[in-house]
Amino acid sequence: MSTLEILFYALSAFVIISAIMVLVSKNPIHSVLWLILVFFAISGHYILLNAQFLAIVNIIVYAGAIMVLFLFVIMLMNVKQENEFKKHLLVKFIGVLSGGSFLVLLVALVKQTVQLQGQKVLLKEGNIGLIHPLGKALFTDYVVPFEISSVLFLSAMVGAVIIGKK
Amino acid sequence: MTILSFDWAFIIEKLIMIAIIVFASLGIALYTTFGERKVAAILQDRPGPSRAGPFGLLQPLADGLKLITKEEIIPSHADKWLFILGPGLAMTASLLTCAVIPWGTAIHVFGRTVELQIADINIGILYVFAVVSMGVYGIMIGGWASNNKFSLLSALRAASQAISYELAMGLALIGLLMTTGSLSLKTIVEAQVAGNWWNVVYQPLGFLIFFICAMAECNRTPFDLPEAENELNFGYHQEYSSMKLGFYLFAEYINMIMSSAIMASMYFGGYDLPFFDESTVAPNIAAMIGVGTLLIKIVLFIFLFMWIRWTIPRFRYDQLMSLGWKTMIPLALFNMLLTGAIILAKL
Repeated sequence: MSTLEILFYALSAFVIISAIMVLVSKNPIHSVLWLILVFFAISGHYILLNAQFLAIVNIIVYAGAIMVLFLFVIMLMNVKQENEFKKHLLVKFIGVLSGGSFLVLLVALVKQTVQLQGQKVLLKEGNIGLIHPLGKALFTDYVVPFEISSVLFLSAMVGAVIIGKK
Repeated sequence: MTILSFDWAFIIEKLIMIAIIVFASLGIALYTTFGERKVAAILQDRPGPSRAGPFGLLQPLADGLKLITKEEIIPSHADKWLFILGPGLAMTASLLTCAVIPWGTAIHVFGRTVELQIADINIGILYVFAVVSMGVYGIMIGGWASNNKFSLLSALRAASQAISYELAMGLALIGLLMTTGSLSLKTIVEAQVAGNWWNVVYQPLGFLIFFICAMAECNRTPFDLPEAENELNFGYHQEYSSMKLGFYLFAEYINMIMSSAIMASMYFGGYDLPFFDESTVAPNIAAMIGVGTLLIKIVLFIFLFMWIRWTIPRFRYDQLMSLGWKTMIPLALFNMLLTGAIILAKL
């Protein structure tokens, strides 16, 4: 096994264990902290794919900003284990069923996508995740979707301000 | 075995570099606490620590020894593991920054060229941002795990303050990145060494915003709302004792050193000594002069931090938020637009 493979399997095991811990932790704060570890391990995967920019933006945006807000809200609401309501067995069963079928759907999609068939992962090579190629792609080939999504963000911000003012 | 096909000399070289830089930062941080007390004393017209050793120079060692040997108390209602994780995380996050700072040019030892930087990654500044945004977790986790109302309030304050000022900091930085065209700190410093002026000449407003936000990120007075002692007793580290408390206090000083190093590298030429031609002396000596120059710049910035801390009173919480959102962010956006317009006009 090469160093790369060892890193890949170690990171993957780390992601899966952390993700399971997110689900089984009783305390919501612990769940959030495990989720932060998941984001870190995924950033590790990005680095293996030579996408340093994506890796670091993933950490800044998800682990650094969004999860701080999650933690903030959970701490502010002071969610405790005691007052977590008991879920009915039927609700749990339906949850597992819908989650499982979503997983099946995703796997089937990935398996059937023509663009992905016969493709190899570009480990350590390929430069789409670096900042120069990514910036060029975003501002030339994908400029319309990029601008539309930024307008979407802007409207979300304006909406939040209006709700906050009420 | 393909696992062992590393360049071992390279790994050893990097490990030695990491050890030197981490221990040097810890040593400087130790004496920054001493410097802080002396500067405070001078500004308030009193002698300051003067008993331990000549001029009180052994005071930080005495303080450290005291913190290590004190009794360690973990509150019975605290979340034990997170309580321990908090200060560790704060310390780790503050030390991680030093990996991308270029401390000097390369030196030549034993026939090898050793770069005086742990890692020259092409996203250097963003790495710093990622680490800075991790720093707030130390405070949040510690404050929450203490299971104390004051600590919790302080953790929430720290989180909202960090998020508010990170935004303005990032926006201020975009102006600089537009002029330099690179995210690597090494490239930014080299451009300043080669060019006529330091970046602060091109980005005065950006630097000012960055400096204020750095002060807020380091939780220094006037932005030390998370540990405002007259409102929150002692803030997020109220329940901490012994070296865990020491780590929190220490992390603040290391943060200060690292943000000074970042500001010196990005806006003030890094290891560039002005009006001095490095090619006239041997490369190793030139590199050492560079390291010395950067250290002097760092010390000047730290002095500025302390000067402000002991001069300006603490903000009220609403003042802090309105300064962040209503002054810093619009100014940073204006700076970004202005820089963009000038670059376009020059094309």
